[in-house]
Amino acid sequence: MSVRVRVPTPLRKYTQGADEVNAQGNNVKALVEDLEKNFPGIKERLCDESGKIRRFVNVYVNGDDIRFLQNLETNVKEGDNISIVPAIAGGR
Amino acid sequence: MNLDPGPMMATSTPKLRLIQSPSKEPKRAESVLDFIGDTPLLQIRRVAEGISPGVRIFAKLEGFNPGGSVKDRPALRMVQEGIRVGKLRPGKTILDSTSGNTGIALAMIGRVLGYPVELVVPANVSMERKKIIQAYAAKVTYSDPMEGSDGAIRECRKILEGNPDKYFKPDQYFNPMNPQAHYETTGPEIYRQTRGEVTHFIAGIGTGGTVMGAGRYFKEVNPNIKVIAVEPDDALHGLEGLKHMASSIVPGIYHEEEIDEKIPVSTDEAYSMVYRLSQEEGLLVGQSSGAALLAALKIARKLRSGTLVAIFPDFGDKYLSTNLWIGWRDRMAVGNLEFNI
Repeated sequence: MSVRVRVPTPLRKYTQGADEVNAQGNNVKALVEDLEKNFPGIKERLCDESGKIRRFVNVYVNGDDIRFLQNLETNVKEGDNISIVPAIAGGR
Repeated sequence: MNLDPGPMMATSTPKLRLIQSPSKEPKRAESVLDFIGDTPLLQIRRVAEGISPGVRIFAKLEGFNPGGSVKDRPALRMVQEGIRVGKLRPGKTILDSTSGNTGIALAMIGRVLGYPVELVVPANVSMERKKIIQAYAAKVTYSDPMEGSDGAIRECRKILEGNPDKYFKPDQYFNPMNPQAHYETTGPEIYRQTRGEVTHFIAGIGTGGTVMGAGRYFKEVNPNIKVIAVEPDDALHGLEGLKHMASSIVPGIYHEEEIDEKIPVSTDEAYSMVYRLSQEEGLLVGQSSGAALLAALKIARKLRSGTLVAIFPDFGDKYLSTNLWIGWRDRMAVGNLEFNI
């Protein structure tokens, strides 16, 4: 099962510039692992040492913040839209 | 205000003063814009515990500007110059891209001077910033949050190209009046407030206006004053208002060769500093202030004497809805506030 994941500019160096990539998995945790397999280094940017999503990274499943769903355990299904969005916008 | 450092021990308790000090008449003005600048310095004592007794750290509290941030200064200066050279005149609309504070400043100034304001803002700026801009009834276009502030810059350029005669674009990233505001006001204020004793000036890089402009002033009056820039240690960070230069559109006003040192700071450490400031100094500030103080402490630890001044760009009320305050009590718990200073 494959879903589309939108990637923000600061992480596109891992995806060879792609702003959208495919990932496999039944929940967000599995998606992150799959992203790491295909784009090594990306997991460390998304998750802290304890494996949780970093506080300044927001992950949305079909527009809903996973913090208000089941965090990394949030289920995903074919056709869902996943977005990784920096929690803040740099610059003034 | 009281600039007497008192006993030089960093651990000393500040002297209590009467709320109504007879020594100085509160400022009175005809326009809210007259309150821009002249912000106070606060000595950071408890959080700075452990540094050499000969080292003092001051925070310049830019949140006291009427628009709530340091950005009132360049916004006003850019608008004034636009009017002076005739680029901004009745019938024109002020347009710029911003991740928040400049937008708030322009929206406020536009209301006072009677110019409509349009802003391009990344959709992921804090809710409070959006609401404040809306409260000044500025028109806002939200740009793709995936593209950050660079996306807002590009979107803004498109709007301008579509209707160039309608707009005056201050263009804070390229307008020399942005650093000029700090050369004319922020730098001289700090020099006066420290009685010329400032040895290190520390400011985060958003557009680079503060560090460039005030830095230039300091180098003129005393080339020994160190000018230090603070930036996020990574392109993906949580320090609202600050730019990671290596991965951003580099502002035209930013000239790295003019600064003495650039200190990278991690988001988590800067956040912890924000918590310590609220708990230990009673000072609620934004993430970029935490980053500035963290950098100041890193420098202070290596010094035997010196007077450091760090720019605190704004207060913390604009960030209460952001991830900064999610789970902060757990992070404040004993043993969790470790600093790599």
